[in-house]
Amino acid sequence: MGILSVQDVSKTYQSGNRKLTVLDQVTFDIQAGESIAIVGPSGSGKTTLLGLCAGLDTSSQGSISLNGQQMENLSEDQRAALRSQHVGFIFQNFQLLPTLTALENVMVPLELKRRKDASKKALELLEKVGLKDRATHYPSQLSGGEQQRVSIARAFANEPLVLFADEPTGNLDTETGEMIEDLIFNLNKEQGTTLILVTHDRELARRTDRIIQIKGGKIQEETHA
Amino acid sequence: MHNFSWTLKMAYRDFRKNRVKLFLFVSSIIIGIAALVGISSFGDNLTKDIDQQAKELLGADLVLENNQPIGDLSFDSLAVAQAAEVNFASMVVFPNTGDSRLTQVRALEGDFPFYGTLETIPEDAEGNFRSGGKKALVEKILMAQFNAEIGDSIKVGESTFVIVGELQKVPGQTGITATVAPAVYIPMDHLKETGLVQYGSRLNYAKYYKLADEAEVENLIKPFKEEWEEANLRSNTVEDRKRSTGRSFQNLTNFLSLVAFIALLLGSVGVASAVNVFVKEKMPSVAVLRCLGVKASQIFSIYLSQIVVMGLIGSALGAALGTLLQYILPQVFADFLPVEVSVQASWSAIGSGMLTGLMISVLFALLPMLKVRKVSPMATLRPNEGDTQLRKDPLRWVVMFLIPLFIFSFSLYLLKGWQESLGFTGFVLFAFGALWLVATGIMWLIRKFLPISLSYPLRQSLANLYRPNNQTISLIATIGLGTAMISTLFFIQNQLLDEARFADKEDQPNMLFFDIQTPQVASVKELLQERNLPILQEVPIVTMRLESINAVTKKINEDLPEEARKSRSLYNREFRVTYRDSLISSERLMAGELKPVKTPGDSIFVSFEQGYAERTGIKMGDALVFNVQGRLIKTYVGSMRDVKFNQVSTNFLVIFPEQVLDNAPKFHVLITKTKNDRESADIQASIVRQFPNISVISLGTIVETLEEILGKISFVIQFMAFFSIATGILVLISSLIISKYQRMKESLLLRTLGAGMPLVTKINTLEYFFLGSLAALSGILLSFLATSLLNQFVFQLPFRVALQEAIVVYLVITGLTILLGWLNGRNIMGKPPMEILRE
Repeated sequence: MGILSVQDVSKTYQSGNRKLTVLDQVTFDIQAGESIAIVGPSGSGKTTLLGLCAGLDTSSQGSISLNGQQMENLSEDQRAALRSQHVGFIFQNFQLLPTLTALENVMVPLELKRRKDASKKALELLEKVGLKDRATHYPSQLSGGEQQRVSIARAFANEPLVLFADEPTGNLDTETGEMIEDLIFNLNKEQGTTLILVTHDRELARRTDRIIQIKGGKIQEETHA
Repeated sequence: MHNFSWTLKMAYRDFRKNRVKLFLFVSSIIIGIAALVGISSFGDNLTKDIDQQAKELLGADLVLENNQPIGDLSFDSLAVAQAAEVNFASMVVFPNTGDSRLTQVRALEGDFPFYGTLETIPEDAEGNFRSGGKKALVEKILMAQFNAEIGDSIKVGESTFVIVGELQKVPGQTGITATVAPAVYIPMDHLKETGLVQYGSRLNYAKYYKLADEAEVENLIKPFKEEWEEANLRSNTVEDRKRSTGRSFQNLTNFLSLVAFIALLLGSVGVASAVNVFVKEKMPSVAVLRCLGVKASQIFSIYLSQIVVMGLIGSALGAALGTLLQYILPQVFADFLPVEVSVQASWSAIGSGMLTGLMISVLFALLPMLKVRKVSPMATLRPNEGDTQLRKDPLRWVVMFLIPLFIFSFSLYLLKGWQESLGFTGFVLFAFGALWLVATGIMWLIRKFLPISLSYPLRQSLANLYRPNNQTISLIATIGLGTAMISTLFFIQNQLLDEARFADKEDQPNMLFFDIQTPQVASVKELLQERNLPILQEVPIVTMRLESINAVTKKINEDLPEEARKSRSLYNREFRVTYRDSLISSERLMAGELKPVKTPGDSIFVSFEQGYAERTGIKMGDALVFNVQGRLIKTYVGSMRDVKFNQVSTNFLVIFPEQVLDNAPKFHVLITKTKNDRESADIQASIVRQFPNISVISLGTIVETLEEILGKISFVIQFMAFFSIATGILVLISSLIISKYQRMKESLLLRTLGAGMPLVTKINTLEYFFLGSLAALSGILLSFLATSLLNQFVFQLPFRVALQEAIVVYLVITGLTILLGWLNGRNIMGKPPMEILRE
């Protein structure tokens, strides 16, 4: 079994009397260190799948195991603990905490892991993404690209086993987007992290080891690089 | 431990950027806490001062009183010094101007007060007064009313005295007492010459005792109590006075604390509403933290700890302000205080005020803050994800239960009785509920019936009221409740005065002459008829006491167990009774009938005022034996009447049938109707000149006194209601500042789309106008409801819509809201759109 195993997972929502199936019996395995892209049109269920894989939500049916732990058996707080230990996130709209400086944003996952050297390590990560001199700046004082670099530093801070990225370059211009992609793949390689990203961007998807094409809540196609 | 310290660290990090905003949230409670701490500290100091100045309150160690002359008593030998006083209501005349007024005449003998002094102008007037001669000390309010000066004369009954001093303060008396019954002190030696001591005069005799310093008063008087009881002597010691004064003021400060607590509750609604906005803004951050693996309880603690810190800061600021407030309070309550009140910080008041503020702000903040626990980490990917509705959250119901429980506990702490506390809690819940309903109802009506044909600025400004996070409902509730309190007071006060003024209607009497001796009746009637004044009522009055109730005498009653015992006051009081076989316009028969006596020997049926009978436990059919000047008359309770006491009329607790008291010694009251104030003044002057023992009350005097008293009372209540209004304004200011960014964005959008400054200003002004109008109207509607309930159940007046007063309140509140809105928005309006965009 891989680092992430998804078995017959379905997700349905009740909308009045109507039952809406967003994901329908999805199954796949991801090995440690592998990078995959989930692609598909809007409303195909890819973000839902990402949320379920990361333990942000629970499936209606089927099972998901992350690093050997069955998600459906865990409470929300236990899943939170699992995320803080093994998972990193990068979001389309960066999702930095606006009241924390860049450095403090990166420190949060380290502090949750009770790392004594949180500040030193966070500064090293900011240096890696080229923002050491902006450490004391608040998100509102940074550009979009800079905010995403801080977000990447935060995502890698707890040395996650799996990194989830939701349209990481969706809100950036092409040049900055490419720089961010390079950063993600370089750090991914450096740390041997498993990367799962959701994107519309075919070019970005092609840089991963495997592409899972999803449509209408079902896997349409899996292609290997 | 790590979790806790990390939570605090995160709270601090978040707090750094939010401190101004958070301070705005809790600022709403500052005024409520200030009022609470100020009043409690004032109460603490007052209790302490009453304790320290208790002897000055009474002026003696012991007072004995009766409405019969008090002869020598066996107790007299135990006293170090004695003084005597005879006091009664009587007209006095200022011969210089011919003006007259009903006053409290106090004929004094001896060195009373033994403790404290009669404060006079000039300072040596007391000594001068006591040095002998026909001298008088006159209350300052009388001197001012009649422009009298030291050295002028004052006529009491048939005797004239020289005014040697103006009384500033008498031990134990308050400004209100002086307003209702201003005192004139004359020497006892010259009382007889006034000719006012005769049958029918309602005299009160008092004996003041000074005892040895080491005397234990309570033990000393114990053996004499029975003897005094039998002689109908009422005793009053320093301890008694301390207890009763302390109790009255405890009640007063507790009542005022409740008013302050309402201001605090209003502030707390402001806190809840602002925290709601804060929490909504924080939802994305909460989702990110959840995503990063932070537990829901930890995130909740991060935000709760900030509220606790700001609650503490707000409470501390409120407590400091409240301590300063104490410097003003003795002036506000000056007319009600019998002692000098010291100003000192009361640590217990500060402590309990801060604790109350902290608890109430946290409790109210908890309601919106509980949502934080329900934020799904999926909201990072889909912002609308996750159910933060709290309907099914058991903790929400716990908080919903804790809030009324806290209000109940706090009122129980102040009121001591659980029924009163339940009543207060019910009132608070009702008031908030009613305002919420009114506000929501008005908003619903606007939305439902807003015509699409309205001009754009009107539609846009009305639509702005529904803008997310606008706090419209909570603003209406807070400002509305403050408005409701002030306007209820305003309406009731004006209505009472109007009622008194309107009593001067065509057929309603407006002048009352009392203490008329039987031989004087014919002459007084003649004098009235000479001036074409109608005699609307001629009422004979006989004084009597109750000897027994259903064969239970006063002595037997004392020996009965508590639950079977009748009120002592029934046996101790002197009843002033009239006799007639019909009801007058101010009376309504509630039970039985007025049964005339047809032949001598018939059973005599008396009629009781229903409320008094209920209070004292008198029932239909009870056999009562009255002692009429030594003659015992057996009667039965044959009817109950409801009496309206708010008319110029003679009203009686007990009425006898005709023919029973015809030959009893009596005095009379005549009631007439004058056409105007001039005529009232003329007839009053003639009557007082010819019959100095007759007292006159005119409706004009009643209205004047009522105006003065209501003025004093309403000043205090308005002062207290100010706290609620001020809290409402603070909530408004904080809400305007919180929504400033949103307003800025909207203005920017409008201006980018090409709207000119005048249009944007118009829309904003209209929005404030609607907000102020809704709050004021909700408050006014609620106050109409409160006024009509008070009128119906307390004052028994018909409800009248006080339209003029309502318009004034509406204009002031709406104007204030528009002004604050303008002040808040003035620096946005002038800026070019690009500058705002960059901000």
